[in-house]
Amino acid sequence: MMNSKHTILVIDDEPQIRSILKIILESAQLKVIMAETGKEGVVMAATHQPDLILLDLGLPDIDGHTVLSEIRQWSNVCIIILSVRKGEEDIVPALNEGADDFLTKPFNSAELIARINAHLRRTGKTNDEPIFSNGNLKIDFVKRLVTVDGIEVKLTVKEYSVLTELAKNVGKVLTQRQLLKSVWGPSYTEQPQYLRVFVAQLRKKIETLSNKHSLIVTEPGVGYRMPDLHSEL
Amino acid sequence: MIDQEDFRPDPDELLKKINESESENTRGRLKIYFGMCAGVGKTYALLEDAHKAKSNGIDTAIGFVETHKRRETEKMTVGLETIPRKSIQYRGAIFEEFDIDATLERKPKLVIVDEAAHTNIPGCRHPKRYQDILELLDNGIDVLTAVNVQHLESRAETVKQITGSEIRETVPDSFIDRADEIEVVDITPDELLQRLSEGKVYTPEQSKRAIKNFFKKGNLTALREMVLRLTAERVDHQLRDYKAKEGIDRVWKSGQRLMVAIGPGPHSLELIRWTRRLSSTMEASWIAVYIESDKPLKDDEREGLARNLELAKDLGAEIITSTGLNVVNALLRIARLNNVTQIVVGKSRLQNFLTPKTIVDKLVEQSGEIDVYIVGGDEFTPKGLFPKIDFKFSTSLLQYFYAILSVVTTAVLSFQIKEDIGYQTISFIFLFLITLMPLVNFGRGPIIVASILSALIWDFFFIPPIFTIHISNTHDVLMIILFFVIAIVSGGLTAKVKAQERFVRSREERTNALFQISKGLSEAKNLDDVADIAVQSLKQFFRINATLLFVKESGELSPTAHRSSTFIPSDQEWYIAEWGFKNHQRSGKTTGNLPSAKALYIPIESSRTIYGIVGLEFTNENTPNFEQQTFLNSVIDRISAAVEREYLNNLAKNSLVIAESENLYKTLFNSLSHELKTPITTILAASSTLRNKNSSENSSLILDEIEKAGSRLNRLVENLLDMTRLESGRLSTHKELNELSEVVASAIRYVKNLHVENEFVFKCDSSDTLFEFDYRLIEQSLINVIHNCSQYSPKEGRIYVTLSKTPTEFSIVIEDEGPGFAQESLAHIFDKFYRAPGAKAGGTGLGLSIAKGFIEAHNGMISAENRIPNGAKFQIIFPIIKDYKPVDDEQ
Repeated sequence: MMNSKHTILVIDDEPQIRSILKIILESAQLKVIMAETGKEGVVMAATHQPDLILLDLGLPDIDGHTVLSEIRQWSNVCIIILSVRKGEEDIVPALNEGADDFLTKPFNSAELIARINAHLRRTGKTNDEPIFSNGNLKIDFVKRLVTVDGIEVKLTVKEYSVLTELAKNVGKVLTQRQLLKSVWGPSYTEQPQYLRVFVAQLRKKIETLSNKHSLIVTEPGVGYRMPDLHSEL
Repeated sequence: MIDQEDFRPDPDELLKKINESESENTRGRLKIYFGMCAGVGKTYALLEDAHKAKSNGIDTAIGFVETHKRRETEKMTVGLETIPRKSIQYRGAIFEEFDIDATLERKPKLVIVDEAAHTNIPGCRHPKRYQDILELLDNGIDVLTAVNVQHLESRAETVKQITGSEIRETVPDSFIDRADEIEVVDITPDELLQRLSEGKVYTPEQSKRAIKNFFKKGNLTALREMVLRLTAERVDHQLRDYKAKEGIDRVWKSGQRLMVAIGPGPHSLELIRWTRRLSSTMEASWIAVYIESDKPLKDDEREGLARNLELAKDLGAEIITSTGLNVVNALLRIARLNNVTQIVVGKSRLQNFLTPKTIVDKLVEQSGEIDVYIVGGDEFTPKGLFPKIDFKFSTSLLQYFYAILSVVTTAVLSFQIKEDIGYQTISFIFLFLITLMPLVNFGRGPIIVASILSALIWDFFFIPPIFTIHISNTHDVLMIILFFVIAIVSGGLTAKVKAQERFVRSREERTNALFQISKGLSEAKNLDDVADIAVQSLKQFFRINATLLFVKESGELSPTAHRSSTFIPSDQEWYIAEWGFKNHQRSGKTTGNLPSAKALYIPIESSRTIYGIVGLEFTNENTPNFEQQTFLNSVIDRISAAVEREYLNNLAKNSLVIAESENLYKTLFNSLSHELKTPITTILAASSTLRNKNSSENSSLILDEIEKAGSRLNRLVENLLDMTRLESGRLSTHKELNELSEVVASAIRYVKNLHVENEFVFKCDSSDTLFEFDYRLIEQSLINVIHNCSQYSPKEGRIYVTLSKTPTEFSIVIEDEGPGFAQESLAHIFDKFYRAPGAKAGGTGLGLSIAKGFIEAHNGMISAENRIPNGAKFQIIFPIIKDYKPVDDEQ
């Protein structure tokens, strides 16, 4: 499917995690380079120009957040955060600082590969395709037309913005803050209740029996994600 | 032969010895230079010793020395470190005072603070300098100070009698008792007079005046004798103490106990001092008793009483106040209760009008085995049967009006029938009227007015010759006298009955209030409740604003008042409270510690521990009077007891938590080691099998097993982490608006992925399931419950999950088609580590207990029952607090 081998940089201090990731990623036809510490990670990100970075937040030398912000100063490379616990409090700040996604340990290797592929596809392609399709959902950006199973769904302006925001970032988790900011503007970022009531309304309109709870998924304590239904089976 | 029993030291005595030697180690030592008057060279001797101490390498500093510009003395201060004095502005002038804070900060080993009896300028921490010294001692600093005999509280009166000058600056005798060492600085009166005339003490002008007044030779000799006698007594005591300590001789306490009965009058001061002197000679403990009678105290009397009790306390007496209409009985009751051997009372001057015996007489008569000392004085003015006739308008003017009106009406009516019944019978009508009056609650005054009026009217209008006041008949004279006697007797009786009634009522009120407070406090469930009730009670019964400051975990006083407080102390006030907290003493208003404060701060403490401070803010109008103070003290005692109870409860609860976590550990080691080892064994065995190439056809089965074991381990770790969070009480929920239907679906999906073969049927009857909850916790609860159902279901059994909504609650029902619960296990299935008898292998007995904990953290409820016809049924209910309206975005 892919023309050239993508390079993945793994920044994690646990040798066992590094070696299992190497096995998983190489068996998925990806090239793997490794860094044990944060500083080493930043250097390798600069010298090797990887296509995607797997970053553990708990590093021995410098904080994962520092690594993240340093890389973000000069690169838009896709960064996936690895964290030990669900609902860990520093996931949201990391996402707001520019991380693209997160995974909690222990993770399923199939899910990891699916996420990586989704992100690689997203970065690989230009986002100006006029028609977006995911599962039974289709969005025609030019006509501003949304259909589910071919049937048109009437959305309000804001509902449409939320849906397209999620669609443009398909496979990627969006924090509440990011969503509120891009749809309502910066002054609304502290009103998560608003967004949540809103998403509930939106779901009612676009969800059918076959895609119940699968087009817009809640990431507890973080935000929402539209899963890439093509790559995640 | 000597009875061995007699040699055995009294345990109390031993305890006292231990306590004394203990406190000797931590407390500073006090040395007092004791002299007969100014100019004997105390300050000089004191400085001399300070130099000696310094040359011995002891860290010595001068806290305060008044050299009175005496050259010899001034020279002695050279070479000693002087702690700067504190300048305080008072009424426009600047005063220099001893700086206690600077000294505590500097913390020398030995400090010199001259003139212990000095009265500090208002604005200092303590009103008296000796209190500063006591605080230094409590902080482990040794102090050298000087005191003259005239400054001694118990001798002040005598010195006044000798020299004729009023002694204002005094130190309590207990201060002298506290001294570890007393050095008498003695010179003969002749020598002193010599020094005076040489101008070594005062300026020549001052000297002349002094010699004329205070420093008469006779005076000096008397004072000197007092000093020497006092010191001799002390030496005697020390010798006895030493003997007692070393067990050389059997000098155990005589077991004597003195009791002095005091009143509000100034003469009680003398009685108190007298008793103190006697008690110290006899080496007996003593009690000062005040009997509150039916007669309410006037303001000045209250002040007098407070002053008297304060003095008694300062002189080392135990204070008891009691109530009783019969003073003699009350005194004897208290005496017997406290094993008193001698009672000291003042001499009564007045005798009772109706009984020839004074109270003192009665006391002597009834005291039995207790000795009674009668000391000159007039403390026991009888207030009993013979009422003082005072026409105070204590009763309302209306009563006088009615009294006069009824007499006049009777007179007018009687005048009509005078001819028919004769004038003498009419006197009975008047008498009848007057005897009726007390019954309808007429006061003393109106009754007397009525009787005088009746007598006059009867005389003037009825007794022939009418319209004159002349009476010819002896009969009638007798009748007039009778009028007065009856009037006075009934008036007196009413007053007494009324007073008794008032007395009983106020006692009843107090008892009732105390009962209510105690009841409230004992019903309080936690410290906050206790605080609320305490503050409310103080407000209700004393009209006092209160603040509560509790001790922090670190042992310091909390800087913020408890939220129940009705006033918040300012920073400055807080320091005053904190001082009291550190020193385990009352501080602030009406106390000897920082009395300039706006409020009184009382420690909340038991015998060993201090739990905080209660601050009472009162104005001059609602300052508690003496009776209220006693009542207030007992209320504070109850509050302290309740606070202590709560602190101990918390302590007990904490140890319960520790015990439970110990239990957790035990269970972990006993049963969970099995739970942990099983999946690990599976993984290791499976992976080694994979290495063996022959088994390749089974490899996907083996990988399945590894995955199952891994997720089982993960689940176990999650469960243990969740349980720890619940147990530690630090479960923080991150509640967000989420859709309940989504979380249910997600939980079902999760369980499905755990290689569960059951069919799931999810029904949701509402599209609006927005609800504020912690997604992860609720998901975990649902996973645990659903997983539990799947564990007990047959493979082909279905699991039904139904989410429904009523206007007030969400309900999630989870049912399986398994065997259901055994009746006896139904009550325990949510218990930690409980596993139903015959449960499948695997599982820790934590899942349902965690689910319950998480659900309850959301104010929800989970219950279990058997499903009809078969299977288990769980129901989870969350109350709906708020309905979320759809948002309209088309602005």
